[in-house]
Amino acid sequence: MGIFAKIKAALKKTKDAIAYRLNKLFTGGVLNDEFYDELETTLLSADIGSETTENILGELKKAIDKKHLTRPEQVRTELKRIMTEILDFELPEETYPLVILVAGVNGVGKTTSIGKLAHNYKKAGRSVTIAAADTFRAAAADQLTVWAERAGVRIVKHAEGADAAAVVYDALQSAKSRGTQVTVIDTAGRLHNKVNLMEELKKIDRVIDREFPEAMRLNYIVLDATTGQNALSQVDLFNEAIDIDGIILTKLDGTAKGGVVLAIAGEEEVPVVYIGVGEGIDDLEKFDAEEFVSEIVDGE
Amino acid sequence: MGIFSGLGDKLKHVFGKLANRGKLDEYEIKQAMREIRIALLEADVNYNVVKDFIAKISERAKGEEIVKSVTPGQQVVKIVSDELTQLMGAKNAKLDVASKPPTVVMMCGLQGAGKTTMCGKLAALLKKQGKKPLLVACDIYRPAAINQLKVVGGNAGAEVFEKGTQKPVKTAEQAIKYALSVGCDTVIIDTAGRLHINDDLMRELEDIKKAVRPTEILLTVDAMTGQDAVTVATAFNDRLDLTGVILTKLDGDTRGGAALSIRAVTGKPIKFCGTGEKIGDIEAFYPDRMASRILGMGDVVSLVERAQEAMDEETMRKMEKRVKDATFTLDDFLVQFESLKKMGGIGEVMQMLPGMSKYNIGDKSIDEKRLEKFKAIINSMTKKEREHPEIVKSSRRRRISAGSGTTIQDVNQLLKQFDQTRDLMRKMKNNKGRLPF
Repeated sequence: MGIFAKIKAALKKTKDAIAYRLNKLFTGGVLNDEFYDELETTLLSADIGSETTENILGELKKAIDKKHLTRPEQVRTELKRIMTEILDFELPEETYPLVILVAGVNGVGKTTSIGKLAHNYKKAGRSVTIAAADTFRAAAADQLTVWAERAGVRIVKHAEGADAAAVVYDALQSAKSRGTQVTVIDTAGRLHNKVNLMEELKKIDRVIDREFPEAMRLNYIVLDATTGQNALSQVDLFNEAIDIDGIILTKLDGTAKGGVVLAIAGEEEVPVVYIGVGEGIDDLEKFDAEEFVSEIVDGE
Repeated sequence: MGIFSGLGDKLKHVFGKLANRGKLDEYEIKQAMREIRIALLEADVNYNVVKDFIAKISERAKGEEIVKSVTPGQQVVKIVSDELTQLMGAKNAKLDVASKPPTVVMMCGLQGAGKTTMCGKLAALLKKQGKKPLLVACDIYRPAAINQLKVVGGNAGAEVFEKGTQKPVKTAEQAIKYALSVGCDTVIIDTAGRLHINDDLMRELEDIKKAVRPTEILLTVDAMTGQDAVTVATAFNDRLDLTGVILTKLDGDTRGGAALSIRAVTGKPIKFCGTGEKIGDIEAFYPDRMASRILGMGDVVSLVERAQEAMDEETMRKMEKRVKDATFTLDDFLVQFESLKKMGGIGEVMQMLPGMSKYNIGDKSIDEKRLEKFKAIINSMTKKEREHPEIVKSSRRRRISAGSGTTIQDVNQLLKQFDQTRDLMRKMKNNKGRLPF
């Protein structure tokens, strides 16, 4: 395994290997082929994907030509501008009553994100109900109950194996009769290529429309920042099933950069709304395109 | 979304207009390597691993004579696939057994990788092999993790040892003693999901390792993981000296390049794969299948195996003969539908077929309901129509759609799909079972 020892050594360098390399790139040298090769490699290693990376670099080269940029530092600014523009979306203003449906594949952090989301709204002075519609995974409702207690909000749940749509129905009736402002619905993790499970999700989506037509609707998909290019397929198929309004990008406290959202923003036009940065209840932040890009490019 | 179409198709494009010649020339190799590089990157293989891999492949491709009867594209794919398979090591689906019981298996990994579910699957597998496993709950951080393990253990029919939120090291130690006292031969320790950069929690794992000296330390990794897989695997391996890896969520549509990256940087074998939500959904790791999957060539071998399980041998033989004689009829098509259902739904099967992934066939909504429709349509046809679908023209189509309670569009769709399938089968036959590119 000779060649792999080398790779391993290269990877060990620093936690922020990517930003480190970019910094080295931007503070030295000239704009030659090697510069672009290195830039490409660093973008790829942030999970941005080959197609989007190519597009970004293409646009960067155009801008460099047009604006006659010669110093790497100017290129850094330009690169950040291009990447930020891809990710910058205007979000709709939230009105109440509001129903937030949260979906995603298994293990991305849906339940945890919902706990944090409920806490955020509660802190902002809203009344919140959580619906435990993950009736499939063992002990999912127990886990969500702990989060509901931490956030100090109501939870509606049924027994394990119950019909998920029925839980949603009950939660909405309860929210309507109590005048709850925000209802957050947890759903079972499901792989996006399982037709039956996606049908179940569509059913939940229809139940909300039917039972609570006066409420504002937001459908969020939770993505694990550690995920690679498959995230594109996840957003594509979830979007097809239930019209996704936004992404909650979790686990950004690790070493993964979650760069795949750049590919997603380009291809699917779905904005990132929140990012998860830790296991504490306060560790859910509003997404800021500029900060996110800076984290990839500058490492800070 | 062309990025998901297979490498085979792309290479066909690169080599498209070229007739077979003596050797691959340098320009073609360079073009082909570019496609391979993109395919591997899109499959989430780490870019460093890709770089070294491409260098190795180019070297080999340069010297290679093209075997008669294959296209240059096929030749290159074969080289790539051979090398990938070799890199990923041997099939290795055995847990090492301790010379003095109990055998201790310690599971570790990031949050949400699927450790707890996998613990249950391993326990169920061991029980099937006549072992007596004990599950140990050492995830004291995630709310309700212990409850989840209890439910999973219940499904597997294995006892679960837990001491609430007491220190995991202590729980693990007590569990070993308990296992000895009740005659359990294997102890599976479920640990909390943690970030590889969380020093305190990584130290906790080291402490557990020191205290119970596991026979196996298995890293559980989500098959959808991107470039960061190498960072994670390296960190866990450096601190714990892993004995193997388990890939989860392989029933998704991910290419699973993480498998290659992890194998490359740790050198540790991939021992099992998780392929579904049920307790029995655990499989051995097959390097050759994984290679095809990463390259987007379809998991033909898996498909054939599942087909063999779903279809009885008699039907299988008949079908084979019909394809050989090119007398594949709508009746056979119907039989195929039935067995497709048994194989776990058509969506899953389509994913595994070369050139039939949903992006290629342009028809992703083939679901169970549609199958029912197709069935009704075929049942509304006369025997002659079923045997000679080409005679079904407009008036017959009208009659059939009325008779089956479907629309003419449905009938058209069925006939089109039938044509495509028959074409594909003919191609496979002409290629003597080789992939049709």
